[in-house]
Amino acid sequence: MTTRAIEAWTLEPLVTFVQEASARLVLVMTAAGQVIAQHGFSRALDVMSAAALGAAIMASTEELARLLRQPPFAALNHQGERQGIFLAAVATARGRLVLLVVYELDVSSLGLVQLFFEQLAADLQAASPKQAVSKQVLAADFERELSDSLNTLFRR
Amino acid sequence: MTTAPAGYGKALDLITRVRGVRGAMLVAGDDGVVVAEQLMEGIRGAAVAALAASLAARLGRAMQAAGVGASQFWHLQCDRGALLVVPAPSGTLVVAVAEPDVNVGLVRLELLRAAKVVG
Repeated sequence: MTTRAIEAWTLEPLVTFVQEASARLVLVMTAAGQVIAQHGFSRALDVMSAAALGAAIMASTEELARLLRQPPFAALNHQGERQGIFLAAVATARGRLVLLVVYELDVSSLGLVQLFFEQLAADLQAASPKQAVSKQVLAADFERELSDSLNTLFRR
Repeated sequence: MTTAPAGYGKALDLITRVRGVRGAMLVAGDDGVVVAEQLMEGIRGAAVAALAASLAARLGRAMQAAGVGASQFWHLQCDRGALLVVPAPSGTLVVAVAEPDVNVGLVRLELLRAAKVVG
């Protein structure tokens, strides 16, 4: 399984997390669903779908929290028969990042993922660039930038 | 010491009253999450729970492969303490964190009693 990052500062914390938590798939993305790093995905389509769905779930839960007049939920866990999905956000100098983690129940657990997520969040906060580069996204550049990102994520 | 939800407190009391026990926990065996805890300051309950459950799952598979049946009690002795675990029939792990010179036999007895209470 390979780990790839568009923003290099996320790579080391992510590799450590994957090893410690025995995660099968991981996405690090912005709140808007732009992927910054990934582990375990082999197809670009899967990454884009998972990122879009993960970001949508986070947006939905944030809206629910707002309706309940409480701060955003810290994390979300869906446990299936053989796999679990863990979704959580972390505030960094780069902005708010969302982590989507898929783990196998026979090699990992919610407890392990939660435990090492705390470490990952701290590592990302420490490693994130202090001056975020805000760049205007132009329609003309969008397709090229998307293609570049996918090439980086899958080393094509 | 931290508090435990009502009902589980009694099970944990059985263990923590043993001299040399620094804390006791009930841990969901399948997901490694703390169900109840009575721990002295400085013990990272969530970390102990997650790692103990992970270890229990791996030990269970090893015992299954060895054909020796289900785990009943395990004891990890370290230079500055010990971890003692009894899986309850429901899959909940009853965990004790103890001093290195604790009376292991007595802790084991109380862990087994607590496992019966937990069910």
